[in-house]
Amino acid sequence: MRQAMLLGLGVLLLLLVMAATGAVFIVDETEQVIITRFGQPVGEAIDDAGLHFKLPMIHKANFFDKRFLEWDGASNQLPTRDKRFVHVDSYARWRITDPLLFFQRLTDERGAQSRLDDILDGETRNTIANHDLIEVVRTSNREFPASESLGLDDEEQEQLQITSGRDALAAEVLAAAQGRTSDLGIEILDFRFKRINYVEEVRREVYSRMISERQRIAEQFRSEGAGEAARIRGEKERELQVIASEAYRESQEIMGVADAIASDTYAAAYNRDADFYRFVKTLEAYRETLREGTTLLLGTDGEFLRYLKRSR
Amino acid sequence: MEGSNFGNIRVGDFRPPNIKLPKGLVAALPFVILLLVLMWTTVYTVGPEEVGVVLTFGAFTQITEPGLHFKMPYPVQTVVNVPVQRQLKQEFGYRTPTPGARAAPVNVLDESLMLTGDLNVAVVEWTTQYRVVDPYLYMFKVRNLTETFRDMNEAIMRTVVGDRSVSEVLTVGRQEIASEVEVRLQELCDQYETGIRIEQIVLQDVNPPEPVRPSFNEVNQAQQERERMINEALSDFNREVPAARGEALRAVEQARGYAADRVNRAEGDASRFVAVYEAYRRAPEVTRRRLYLETMLELLPQVSQKIIIDDSIEGLVPLLNLQGIVRPPGSGASQEDGQ
Repeated sequence: MRQAMLLGLGVLLLLLVMAATGAVFIVDETEQVIITRFGQPVGEAIDDAGLHFKLPMIHKANFFDKRFLEWDGASNQLPTRDKRFVHVDSYARWRITDPLLFFQRLTDERGAQSRLDDILDGETRNTIANHDLIEVVRTSNREFPASESLGLDDEEQEQLQITSGRDALAAEVLAAAQGRTSDLGIEILDFRFKRINYVEEVRREVYSRMISERQRIAEQFRSEGAGEAARIRGEKERELQVIASEAYRESQEIMGVADAIASDTYAAAYNRDADFYRFVKTLEAYRETLREGTTLLLGTDGEFLRYLKRSR
Repeated sequence: MEGSNFGNIRVGDFRPPNIKLPKGLVAALPFVILLLVLMWTTVYTVGPEEVGVVLTFGAFTQITEPGLHFKMPYPVQTVVNVPVQRQLKQEFGYRTPTPGARAAPVNVLDESLMLTGDLNVAVVEWTTQYRVVDPYLYMFKVRNLTETFRDMNEAIMRTVVGDRSVSEVLTVGRQEIASEVEVRLQELCDQYETGIRIEQIVLQDVNPPEPVRPSFNEVNQAQQERERMINEALSDFNREVPAARGEALRAVEQARGYAADRVNRAEGDASRFVAVYEAYRRAPEVTRRRLYLETMLELLPQVSQKIIIDDSIEGLVPLLNLQGIVRPPGSGASQEDGQ
């Protein structure tokens, strides 16, 4: 029991001594190591994590990151081909694929970052300068849906068409940069435009353009409203006239038919004796027309007064 | 031998303090402390929302589930807990100062200002909710994962917004943007081996830039105004047309009434005439005279002025006082009457 304990203690002590002198080193899961002997690389890169041994004093362990690393570009003010000034902020990710080569060419990450700055900023500048702004903003020629407040006519849509697009341009920068970093022991895996924004002065212009565009759309809405209202009013007028005239026609028809029936009825009755009808109707007419206030001049040779003169 | 020593301690509890025993303890003390330290670093717990990632001399060894676990002591094995069940979130374009605090969020315009596909500018704020699904990738594959993740978010959001018009971004396109960003961001997360799963993209405030905002409101107002004008016209229509229809029906019904009246009267008149005629035919001469005289009898008392003129009296007419029927001078009727 005591012996086992002593043995364990001994191993622990030995490890401590070795660690203190630098014979043992730990490689983290995220790291890879190049061993150098007085600055001269020895053997292959160590990229399996865990406990490793080397000669103390003589060997030196140089640690490099094994993970995907970030490169965050500075926000640059660049002109596009159509002479618009924009801030372009991009990022890339890369990793050390050949630590030995990396160590020889770039020494450390700081060297790598500054080399990446040179390469990626340069390629970004080239690509942006060779394309119109719209190419960097849009990715596809997706049709904007015909929203009623969109206010874009066909010509404007036409101007917003692209030939390559944001992703394609990023791929262009990536390919160019990859070509220039292949012998540095690093690999750029992706490059993307993070932010693209107008510079201050351009932004103000764009804002005033947006404002006038909105006002145009607002006017359009108002006139659409007035037009539609007028159309509805017109429809209403038409409807009213149709209704009134149809009612007139129908009622005239009804009354005409009734008049005809009445006329036939009268004719059938009165035709039995037209002379008697005239007599009766005339009497009726006298009764209707000769009322109070009427002055009547009567001749004594008339039917009624004949007996005033003589009794027969 | 040790056993008997410890046995003595137990028995010695009942005796006055023994000088010999503390000596043994003093000798064992460093070992005891070492043992305690080792034990302390051997036991670890993993919370219910976490998993434990165990490293042996820095090398990934295994992933342990929630609960109480043992590992080799400190210098050899270490453990890192990764909250895989917890929903994490990143805010873009604004910062909520502290969760729960009622302070106004701080805007970060650099993050939210972006170009739309029609080269306008929109301010888009959003939250990305995500979870760690692969703790190995999450811990060991990407350095500065949070920064990288934020960069990815911004790049993808701008790509998606860059393919839409400003109106679309501000109005109808919101849901579509969120889901497209979600899909693309997940693809990128997989490509970058981040071990992250995107749970949800939540678009917060999506606005036109501050100086442009009033004109956007104006558009909204104009839209309302258009609706109002149309509605007013429609309400006029709806008020007047049904009333006119009713009026039309009334006119038709009136005509029907007239028709019935006319026909009935005609028939009545005809029947009466026929009846009278039948009677007349039986005694024509007498009936005729009777009808005439009856009419006269009824009529003459009503006539206010009766002038009886004999054929033999001539030149009377010009002397007549026609006061009862004189009309205002100048009208044709009075002239005729005057003659």
